[in-house]
Amino acid sequence: MADQRATPPPEDEVLAMRNCTIRYGSHVAVRDLSLSFARHRVTAIIGPSGCGKSTLLRALNRMNDSIASMRLEGRVEYHGEDIYGPGIDPAEVRRRIGMVFQKPNPFPKSIRENVLWGPKRNGMLKGKNAAAIADLLESSLQRAGLWEEVKDRLGASALALSGGQRQRLCIARALANDPEVFLMDEPCSALDPIATSRIEDLIKELERTYTIVIVTHNLQQASRVSDYTAFMLNGELVEYGETKGIFTNPAKEKTEEYVSGRFG
Amino acid sequence: MTPGPPTNSILMSTGNLARRRLAGRCFSFLVAGCAYCTIAILAVLIIQILGKGFPLLTWDFISSFPSRKAEDAGIKAALWGTFWLMSLTMAIATPVGIAAAIYLEEFARKGKLSTFIEVNISNLAGVPSIIYGILGLALFVRAFQLDRSLIAGALTMALLILPVVIISAREAIRSVPSSLREASFGLGATRWQTTWNVVLPSAFPGIMTGLILSTSRAIGETAPLIMIGALTYIAFTPRGPMDAYTAMPIQVYDWASRPQPEFQVNAAAGIVVLMAILLMLNGVAIWLRHRSSKKAH
Repeated sequence: MADQRATPPPEDEVLAMRNCTIRYGSHVAVRDLSLSFARHRVTAIIGPSGCGKSTLLRALNRMNDSIASMRLEGRVEYHGEDIYGPGIDPAEVRRRIGMVFQKPNPFPKSIRENVLWGPKRNGMLKGKNAAAIADLLESSLQRAGLWEEVKDRLGASALALSGGQRQRLCIARALANDPEVFLMDEPCSALDPIATSRIEDLIKELERTYTIVIVTHNLQQASRVSDYTAFMLNGELVEYGETKGIFTNPAKEKTEEYVSGRFG
Repeated sequence: MTPGPPTNSILMSTGNLARRRLAGRCFSFLVAGCAYCTIAILAVLIIQILGKGFPLLTWDFISSFPSRKAEDAGIKAALWGTFWLMSLTMAIATPVGIAAAIYLEEFARKGKLSTFIEVNISNLAGVPSIIYGILGLALFVRAFQLDRSLIAGALTMALLILPVVIISAREAIRSVPSSLREASFGLGATRWQTTWNVVLPSAFPGIMTGLILSTSRAIGETAPLIMIGALTYIAFTPRGPMDAYTAMPIQVYDWASRPQPEFQVNAAAGIVVLMAILLMLNGVAIWLRHRSSKKAH
């Protein structure tokens, strides 16, 4: 059973962790963990608070680099290449592996500026005419399911939007960057049930074109949106497999206890 | 005093409640007294100065050069000198102070060196201004041979306010929510792009407020300017940064120290003009802060 825990899904692998140990100073947040993420699939990471799931997620696009005490051993492979390898620029990693945060964090600027923010900084707008830029703006908002609601007020402040709209704007903003992978860190935990269900629909929609890794506290959400589920406990991977199996017929006792709500 | 419940009430005060209430009232009188005392002292000062200087507060006073005769003496040279001095000081202190704050907050690795720099900047903020005057005299006036020029004064003043500018700019930069920085990094922006496009625009009102408040500190400084030899009798307005100059607090100091009682009126009028400028600067600072707090919601 030991090797079944880290068995990659029998599909194209886009992103993978190989024997990763992540430390903050002397505290070990993630221990010798291997995990592989399949192309055009949603993988959910579940586990109780403090189990290291956010640390794991943020290690996948080097968002933890700015924490001076963070040390990572092992490899994080994107199409087989180590994103922590020599000469790899974290900014390029983050453009390809986008992130959506727990609390919607639009810039205090207009909706238009928010969406075009990434492409502008990354030099993707250079040489593009106004029509191409307007296209990028519209298609990003379309794919995030926000276009109809904001098309008449693209110049309005992003802070005038509701919480759910803000989160979809953050998704549109990441989409405009043309990433391949989306990391979502509890993207619905600050939203009401209706806004949550819209985001969940959106995740299923985006799955056709993107590879998605989502950390969630909400077990129902994991079972609704994900194809694969990884269960973590105390920085270690307990079980990883198809979501259906994890929730209906887990191999490990701990998993069974967690998904049936007996702890966590 | 709130009337207590009737003695037959079930909620009659028990134990030492009456004493505790009395102690509370005494304490609130005490703290209120302290607060009103400071206001009262300030009010007396302002009323006295206004009463004394008011007769002289005419356009002539503002547009005349100093004179040996008190009724002819005006503040034009000092006003222009202060204007020049503050503009140059800001031009020097603003970029250096903001850059230092950006480095310490966004780029410097937290370690022994950054702690050392931090502690020293805080210490510098508490150094008496006369020390800066001595430094300016030795460094700018003598070593750089800038003489008694505006630029020597502005460099000295810039050194004087830099610690305050840096500290307040750091505060403003630190108050930018880290979620905005994360959003920027998450979109593939570099640290410099994040600082320039996200952190600085959000911190701007706070940085401006700090700058203005440090200007209003510098505008009243006299000691360092006397040290580096700003003159009191100047019958022209400066034309450039290399010209000699005088400043308002020096002019006021000069008038106030003269034996003729008529000049005391000039000093009072000078103080009124200086205070009006200070009030204006602080008003702008409050307006900026108010506007930014409204924007955040």
